[in-house]
Amino acid sequence: MVPALGSGWLTLFYKELLRFWKVSFQTILAPVLSALLYLLIFSHVLESRVAVFDGRVAYTAFLVPGLVMMSVLQNAFANSSSSLIQSKITGNLIFVLLPPLSPLDLYAAYVFGAVVRGLVVGAGVFLVTAVFGPVAIGHPLWALAFALLGSLILGTLGLIAGICADKFEQLAAFQNFLVMPLTFLSGVFYSIHSLPPFWQALSHFNPFFYIIDGFRYGFFGLSDIEPQISLAIACAFCFGLIATTLVLLKRGYKLRH
Amino acid sequence: MASRTLSTGRSEALHEPRTALPCASPVIPAVEIVNVARRFGAVQALSGVDLVVEAGEFFGLLGPNGAGKTTLISVLAGLVRADTGMARVLGHDVVGDYRNARRLLGVVPQELVFDPFFTVRETLAIQSGYFGIRDNEAWIDEILHHLDLTARADTNMRSLSGGMKRRVLIGQALVHKPPVIVLDEPTAGVDVELRQSLWVFIRKLNRDGHTIILTTHYLEEAEALCARIAMLKAGKIVALDTKQNLLSRFAGLTVRLTTDLLPVAWQSRVVRQGEGTYLISLASYAELENLLAALRQQGATITELSLQEADLEQVFLRIMARDP
Repeated sequence: MVPALGSGWLTLFYKELLRFWKVSFQTILAPVLSALLYLLIFSHVLESRVAVFDGRVAYTAFLVPGLVMMSVLQNAFANSSSSLIQSKITGNLIFVLLPPLSPLDLYAAYVFGAVVRGLVVGAGVFLVTAVFGPVAIGHPLWALAFALLGSLILGTLGLIAGICADKFEQLAAFQNFLVMPLTFLSGVFYSIHSLPPFWQALSHFNPFFYIIDGFRYGFFGLSDIEPQISLAIACAFCFGLIATTLVLLKRGYKLRH
Repeated sequence: MASRTLSTGRSEALHEPRTALPCASPVIPAVEIVNVARRFGAVQALSGVDLVVEAGEFFGLLGPNGAGKTTLISVLAGLVRADTGMARVLGHDVVGDYRNARRLLGVVPQELVFDPFFTVRETLAIQSGYFGIRDNEAWIDEILHHLDLTARADTNMRSLSGGMKRRVLIGQALVHKPPVIVLDEPTAGVDVELRQSLWVFIRKLNRDGHTIILTTHYLEEAEALCARIAMLKAGKIVALDTKQNLLSRFAGLTVRLTTDLLPVAWQSRVVRQGEGTYLISLASYAELENLLAALRQQGATITELSLQEADLEQVFLRIMARDP
């Protein structure tokens, strides 16, 4: 049975916020700038060449929610994974392992910290992309639900990666060979209807696709998949990851020897 | 509950009056380790260790590198899971009731670790918060004062010297006022002046009722501070007794004697000799009296006599030299 949250997790959550806030140039401004560069280049090159949703949405506007969600996902993953691996490698994880923090305390603190960073960077990307013309959020609750779910999923994946990795290069492999391909092949830059049938079918096995597609529905009211289906699939994936992470934390896998 | 086969005697040094801590009940041991074993691959780090440390003790855990001291402490702190056996802190199982067990335990780790994102004060406040304690500024200020860190309270951890980082580690272990404090080589790399002030502070905590468990390679520190001592070798406890008993049982006295005539009966007791000077090992002061009586009876002339009491280092070396 998973123990209830104790009072110590709030301090660990606060510490996680302080950790990325103290280096906000690197953790917030840099990813916002990267997303802006993606938007500049892709919108300049592809605006007049790519038609999405049968031409009902301009490509640059289509790109904005994709880039916002990509930033949310990547930064949520980076926050929890880098925090844990740094603590493991420098040895200061002991400060978190000695106090009476339960598996759920550890999970909540690390993942909520990741969620906050993901959402802050996502909001930053959304704000700076407004220079290309405002993009209306037609269904804000859908957008918010998928933003929260996306950051929760990637924050949890980051925690799993941080638990399993013993070295920075193992974490980089996780990021480069799993998170990055799944993000880029999830429809950030295109609608899956523009793909050949095989790749279109394959995209349905990518859980990130449902998160980005659902998030985009929150902006335009248009999506490749019904948002309810995307929400259900993303929720199921999220619960599976949470359960896996709690089991790892309870067993102390690669944390307590 | 498993039977305690080991001595739990306490020396006179522990009978000083002290303020009782709410959790330090006299009937519940501060630490109880029963049949704890742990293997890492081919290495048997701990082999069925039994140990009881009573509340209020200043207890020494000694042993050479790789003896299993840190593994034993890690089992107690919940950092390492034992293959068999159990450990309790003031009656709370470190696995089944880990929240209470960890609240009652403060551990100063051996490794010099720190979080480079934070200042000294932030580090202590954060550690305090992990234990659910907020508004702990008064105690944090007292810790900073006792560890001579007040002037560096707002300095980033990265900028501190090794000795200062060690002091912060000690502060982190004390920040939730644990009744049981484990110090795993706390004075490694710490200058003499701080070492002295640190021991004054730790002694005060002990007088106030905190149980102290110390591991150290500085045996003179253990001798000066600890009333009871366990020695670990290859994952087993090979000696456990009060300091005085260990000193008398394992080492006794050494007399350095210069005389013109050593009685034949005593010649087998000579450890070393040269130029009429003999080094003789004695078990007790009563034996010294016997030796002097024998010399007088023989009419021997004593030109020089000095007496040396054994220290813990000699005891340690003798115990470690024995077969396991």
